[in-house]
Amino acid sequence: MTTKPTALILQAYGTNRDYDVAEALSIAGADPVLVPLNHLRLGKRHFSDFQLLVLPGGFSYADALGAGKLLALDLKAYFADEIRAFVESGRPVIGICNGFQALVKAGILPGNRKQGMESSDATTTLTFNAKGHFECRWVSLRPGSQNCIWTKGLSETIECPIAHGEGNFQTSDQSLLSALSSLNQIALTYAHLDGSPANGEYPANPNGSLLDIAGLCNPAGNVLGLMPHPENHIHPHQHPRWTRGLTMGSGLPLFRKGVKYAEAL
Amino acid sequence: MPIYRFVIRFNQPDPRSDALLADAHALGVEKLKLITCQDIYFIEGQLSPEECRQLALKILSDPVTQTADWYELPGAVSDPEPAPSEDEGTATVFVEVALRPGVTDPVAAQLIRAAHELGFDGVHRAATGSRFLLEGLDQEQAGELASRLLANPTIQRWKKGSISPSFPQEAASSGEVETIHLRGLSDSELLAVSGSRRAALELAEMKAIQAYFQSEGRDPTDVEFEAIAQTWSEHCGHKTFKAKITIASPLPSGEGRGDEGEIDSLLKTYLKSATDKIAAPWVRSAFVDNAGIIDFDDEFEVSFKVETHNHPSAIEPFGGANTGVGGVVRDVLGVSAKPIANTDVLCFGPQSASFSDLPVGVLHPRRILSGVVAGVQDYGNKMGIPTVNGALWFDPGYTANPLVFCGTVGLAPKGRHVRTPRRGDRVIVLGGRTGRDGLRGATFSSMTMDAQTGEVSGASVQIGDPIIEKGLVDVLLPARDRGLYTAITDCGAGGLSSAVGEMASSIGADVDLAHVHLKYPGLTPWEIWLSEAQERMVVAVPPENIPALQELCDTYNTELTEIGEFTGSGRLVVRYDNKVVLDLANEFLHEGIPQRQLKAIFSTPSLVLPRPDGGGLGGGSLAETLLKLLSHPNIASKASIIHLYDHEVQGGTVVKPLAGLEADAPSDAAVVKPIGTTGKTGIVLSNGLNPEYGKCDAHRMALAVLDEAIRNAVAVGADPARIAVLDNFCWGDPLRPETLGSLVEAARGCHDGALLFGTPFISGKDSLNNEYLGADGQRHAIPPTLLISAIGLIPDIAKAVTMDLKQAGNLLFLVGEFAPVFGGSHFALLAPDISHDPVPTLATNTPKVYRALHACTKQGLIRSCHDLSEGGLAVAAAEMCIGGRLGLDLDLGPRDPVRGLFGETTGCLLVEVEPDKAETFEALFTGLPVVHLGTVTDAPTLSIRTNTELQITIPITALVTAWNTPLQ
Repeated sequence: MTTKPTALILQAYGTNRDYDVAEALSIAGADPVLVPLNHLRLGKRHFSDFQLLVLPGGFSYADALGAGKLLALDLKAYFADEIRAFVESGRPVIGICNGFQALVKAGILPGNRKQGMESSDATTTLTFNAKGHFECRWVSLRPGSQNCIWTKGLSETIECPIAHGEGNFQTSDQSLLSALSSLNQIALTYAHLDGSPANGEYPANPNGSLLDIAGLCNPAGNVLGLMPHPENHIHPHQHPRWTRGLTMGSGLPLFRKGVKYAEAL
Repeated sequence: MPIYRFVIRFNQPDPRSDALLADAHALGVEKLKLITCQDIYFIEGQLSPEECRQLALKILSDPVTQTADWYELPGAVSDPEPAPSEDEGTATVFVEVALRPGVTDPVAAQLIRAAHELGFDGVHRAATGSRFLLEGLDQEQAGELASRLLANPTIQRWKKGSISPSFPQEAASSGEVETIHLRGLSDSELLAVSGSRRAALELAEMKAIQAYFQSEGRDPTDVEFEAIAQTWSEHCGHKTFKAKITIASPLPSGEGRGDEGEIDSLLKTYLKSATDKIAAPWVRSAFVDNAGIIDFDDEFEVSFKVETHNHPSAIEPFGGANTGVGGVVRDVLGVSAKPIANTDVLCFGPQSASFSDLPVGVLHPRRILSGVVAGVQDYGNKMGIPTVNGALWFDPGYTANPLVFCGTVGLAPKGRHVRTPRRGDRVIVLGGRTGRDGLRGATFSSMTMDAQTGEVSGASVQIGDPIIEKGLVDVLLPARDRGLYTAITDCGAGGLSSAVGEMASSIGADVDLAHVHLKYPGLTPWEIWLSEAQERMVVAVPPENIPALQELCDTYNTELTEIGEFTGSGRLVVRYDNKVVLDLANEFLHEGIPQRQLKAIFSTPSLVLPRPDGGGLGGGSLAETLLKLLSHPNIASKASIIHLYDHEVQGGTVVKPLAGLEADAPSDAAVVKPIGTTGKTGIVLSNGLNPEYGKCDAHRMALAVLDEAIRNAVAVGADPARIAVLDNFCWGDPLRPETLGSLVEAARGCHDGALLFGTPFISGKDSLNNEYLGADGQRHAIPPTLLISAIGLIPDIAKAVTMDLKQAGNLLFLVGEFAPVFGGSHFALLAPDISHDPVPTLATNTPKVYRALHACTKQGLIRSCHDLSEGGLAVAAAEMCIGGRLGLDLDLGPRDPVRGLFGETTGCLLVEVEPDKAETFEALFTGLPVVHLGTVTDAPTLSIRTNTELQITIPITALVTAWNTPLQ
């Protein structure tokens, strides 16, 4: 009998989709544990005790001074070594929405430079949506990367909501875009309902992200960050058209991939 | 200490700019060509140049998209930025905006914390501001834009050019207590004291206070006087709803009006009594706690509360609505429940109002709307509570008095809520710190506003910090589960005075205000006691549990402050630094208020009101009228606002605010399946509101909106036997007998309707004095407005029904007593010359219709269902077509087409049924009004006939376009 892999769900100051992702991971076969950031600081819990790491959605520090930024400062100030060790061990990491923002602002994603978290010359960011405001609506996502352990082998479009004001992926280093493609780091892209690429068209691409990027992984493929919320589409009745008999595009397979991968480690 | 000024600008156009430009144009500043916003930070401290650079790069800016500049004040005299381009003779004008001293600045607080985390210990204080570069405006126009859009003088200062930071004044700490001399004052002198302290107390109340202190042999302190004024305010004491009302001249008895002569408390006579008579066994708490509570399943109970935050939202829309949400969320925390859903119902003046028509001192309705919506969005989204249901209504009567109804639903395990502090328990304040925020909010909201209100009551504006409140949720739910507290209540209007006063009302307490953590020094004791600073809860905690609670607070970054203990003395004693500043008998504070004696006059229900503007059918076709109705701001799509609210967080939103193939049609109600519950049961949330009816007939309005809320809930699948309702009355000045008369009529309507449907009231709130005394001396009152919010249960969420047409070939039925009228209808708003009609009445068989409909829903016979409301049958049918992107071919039979299409009704719904289930469906409606109207079609057209004669045929695309007209 295999034991379920345990997932650390990090509760920062202002995290709010912690229970949502805990339910998704639980259904996907993991044993989710909500861990307050302060318990990690106090050493009551350790990253290394877990097989998966989840940075859930929310508004850490109320998005003051930029979404995810102050949580990223925490990660760098208190947990740089532990997180680096977790990532380098190859265990699955997922940052959703605010968690993605924190991973990017901490330099963990896209993670193309070795110095990552120590570097202050960031070249990528998730900035204000092109529309200039928060938006909650359902989107369609095309799994792309066969390198990312969370999306490898997924073929079906994922349908799930976004709920963010700063999810617009931008970079000041144009060469990075080709690197992201060639290194198979573009894990999820925004698409039309029929699965065709959004090509930057609103609202299929809801925020103006370059290359319709909704989710990115690190070059090693074990760390995924994404703006949309697959954890809010794990039951058929969460789908906006379920009363019409349409319930396709569950977010569960993505979580199952991560959990399966952790089980096999 | 040096102060550094940092300016952060986007390298690309700032995405916020377009929205501001559109707002500016809509607010009449049409010459503005370009607006660029930048962020300003002031940091006071000893910082090296390298530290400044690091702060700019690591904390203040996003180096990928932004550039930072900084310099030390006041060293730099000239602006270091490149000279603006001069275009068509108008240079760029700079306007800078900063908060007024003492206004909560959560971003600055985070800035300091983060700087210290990075090791920049030299950072001492911080403040934030905004900088706007305006092109196309001269200096005067720039000033106009600043005051109309960019700054709100209630909380902000603005300046052309560079503004300086405003740190809170470091006033000396103050234990100053003033004695208010009341003994021996004449009546007029007593009223003068009430007026000068903005206490909103009337003579009988002032005399009761005077008598109490005469018997005590002393005069009150300012702390005592302010505490009494707050406890006895209309806002906290509901004096009108508890008043003895004499019906001055009952009219000849007609429908729904009696001749009682005297009513002893509207609350008891009409609302509580309805609940008592219904005696539903599943009601766990009604009118007792901070929120009403009903059973959910064997394991859980659900609570619901709807509050108004009208006056604060009028003068500071963002902060007012923001803290309105924060306040009602705390109400639900106050019954030990987890907040799981929010609702918001908003009433504004017309968005197209011209500035010259606005009363002096009133913000433009467009600005109020965008500020209120942003405030609701900010608080709900950041706390992670889905906003799932709401409504929006426009009427010129709301221009000076917008209405903001905020609701929160809570979920809690049964039996965990405790409410009895014990002797020796400590009085603990959790959460935010106390400042001057919101002083006298309770009394302020009980007054008529005037042009000076914004100025004088500036301190009444509270600013929210949702993340602090999220911390409260994180602390309190485990504290509840571990039984760490014995009683809990929220700090709302009246602050600690209200919260501690209420909790100690049966046992007594002794607290010392010197222990209260302050945002800044210098508050006097009465200010600390009355402050309405947000995000605070008071709990009674046995001393042995304090370490465990402290540990939870440390885990979730929440401040815990012990301020005293519950004593068992029956007196409320408040000290400052051990010196007694308040010592009142509980009995006097809570029972000593004299019952108000009021007069009411019933007026004849008016028929269709004369219309304020021109327009109307104007010879247009029925199709054109339907399109006009669909684009009427009260009916048209609210999608632009709905998408700003997170309605998906917590993963339980089964029926969402928008439904259908393109998710752009209006749901009747929301269905929520709370995360963590294991059965199939879901919560249904809906509302009913119709001030148009209120203008004509308050009694029928009450029946109609109660029916509407229930109808909406039943439409999506709620069991009509398990619906509870909440009332929110927003009215004008109850001292005017006609105004009070319509309030009495509405309360009676609530009572009659609740009994008819068997739906108990479990909570309610009133907001009176929604009047504005313009500088012109005219009173601007709101239309009588009653919001009914319904909370119901659906036994199996898999049986939920949405309003979008599902399948061509299905049959469409009309159920309910179809007796369309024009009184108060939206058609009457468009058409100038229609017959004089009353507003719709409620058929007594309506509850049977709903029960039959629910029986059908349970059997899975209903494919879609939508209620008839504003705009009548034609609008309902059109919305169903939009939802399914399918057509309808209907025949209303032999009846007047205009009345049939656009007249309004109560108790009616359109229902889609598959042909092979029609027989079963009709059998369940035996003896009840049900009519087969027609068929769902693949042809993308809405066609409606009367007696085979085609009256309307419109392509679905035209319906979609009209329905999606921006709200104007």
